[in-house]
Amino acid sequence: MKNNELETKNELQDERLLNSTVGRRSFLQYAGASAAAIALVAAGCKKDRGYENPTMNGGVTLDFKDDFGVLNYAYALEQLEAAFYIQVANSNTQFTGTNAAAKKAYFQDIQFHEIAHREFFKAALSTNAIGSLEVDFSSIDFTSEASVLGAAMAFEDLGVAAYNGAGPRIKTGAYLLLAGKIVSVEARHAAYIRDLVSNGSFADLNSLATLGADNGKGLDAALTPDKVLAANAAGKYIKTKVSVINL
Amino acid sequence: MNIVNILEEIEKVDGEIYERLNPRRAAMKSFFNVGKKISLAAVPLALSSMFQKAYGQTTLPAAVVDVLNFALSLEYLEYHFYNHCIVGKTPGSAVTDVTFNFPNAASQAAITTIRDHEKAHVDLLVTTLGSAARAPIAYADTDFRAGGAFATVYSDYNTFLAVAQGFEDTGVRAYKGQAGNLLVDPGILKVALQIHSVEARHASHIRQMRTAASGGSPVYKPWVSLGASGQANDSGVAAVDAVYAGEDLTVQAGANIVGIGGNAGITKAIAVESFDEPLDKASVVTIANLFLQPGKKL
Repeated sequence: MKNNELETKNELQDERLLNSTVGRRSFLQYAGASAAAIALVAAGCKKDRGYENPTMNGGVTLDFKDDFGVLNYAYALEQLEAAFYIQVANSNTQFTGTNAAAKKAYFQDIQFHEIAHREFFKAALSTNAIGSLEVDFSSIDFTSEASVLGAAMAFEDLGVAAYNGAGPRIKTGAYLLLAGKIVSVEARHAAYIRDLVSNGSFADLNSLATLGADNGKGLDAALTPDKVLAANAAGKYIKTKVSVINL
Repeated sequence: MNIVNILEEIEKVDGEIYERLNPRRAAMKSFFNVGKKISLAAVPLALSSMFQKAYGQTTLPAAVVDVLNFALSLEYLEYHFYNHCIVGKTPGSAVTDVTFNFPNAASQAAITTIRDHEKAHVDLLVTTLGSAARAPIAYADTDFRAGGAFATVYSDYNTFLAVAQGFEDTGVRAYKGQAGNLLVDPGILKVALQIHSVEARHASHIRQMRTAASGGSPVYKPWVSLGASGQANDSGVAAVDAVYAGEDLTVQAGANIVGIGGNAGITKAIAVESFDEPLDKASVVTIANLFLQPGKKL
């Protein structure tokens, strides 16, 4: 979360520095004289942008010019979901109630479903696959069942919205079918977790309106990739800089 | 003449104008390209052509009409299945053959929610198809007892839920199987996907209702798993084997999902659960026809 926001802020600040404080033309005029100052700004950026982390390599780019972009986008989201459920398992989150054991067992099922999705995309994309994303779950309290359920619900609903929103971008029937095979499983997860949070909310489309659902038409959530990856959605949990092009 | 103003005006009346136009990028592109070449006087003509593409129902290709009418048939069936139940549970109703009792208010509310969604799907598809929509299916055209195979569907709650699960899981498979035929129209494809996942949410909840009704034995997972004997049908109802035929696939696009990436936790059951399978139109029609009166079959 923090890194993405910092990223934006830094860019805004850089922009301001160039445009208002110095001005683009005068910046060019001063360029030669201010080499030291520029180096300082660059150094500041370098640190804040997290380039020091070797796994991030300056982030990943999702190029939506073709189906590989859409599949890598799905791969990115599955990485995120898998990482979340793995952390739930590792944190040994205590589920409560008479169905505590069932909840724990189903969370483990879901964990392996998401790992299967992640590994499937990795294998299918092969050399076209993006690298591993670094996640940031610091906003989730893994010792709290309510926090974990809330986050799981957000991930699953967002996953459904992402697949539904990206599906129409796919050009190849076989890839569309594969996405379709996965999204309904995500919807089953979403409904299950929603019912754990509040029984009967499995398909509360009104509550999903902000994700593009339409209760009047009986339509589920659907969001474009830029909205899914925004800082107030999945972007919050992804440390790696994800650039989207050709959307 | 300012196209932005026009679009903004339309947006006040039709909040989805950009949504309608956006999937038809080709229409927009050709409009703007035309705009570069032609005189200002010809712009209204080009505009009208663009809106025809956004709103016009005549632009639906025959293959898309077929898919949507197929979907509409299924939605009519689902709607009547649930609606008959809800109407039958309404005090003073003329429908008297719904004799089971819901175990609690939440279960009746859930079935009502699902009924409302199916009705919304029917209405949406009818509107989208316009004059190309198939003839409506009435409750009298249906036979949810399936010629006696599910004779207790409205007198036994468990049977009702078992048939409901069959409908929802079939619906998910049917939409999935048709998605590829909608590639030609991304706007309609998106809507179909949005219906598809709602059906999956329904299926998940119905499965949980079945588990609640059984007191947890047997358990019906919210997702399609392997049956107790390792068969594709995990519903416990052999009469609906056709609904689950092929759901036990464990190889996706050439990749064996069992143990993929060295993950021992991905068992055969997990591999099956992780991917829902499509069902071809002919198989879905066979299932749907079980619930339609002679002379009304698809």
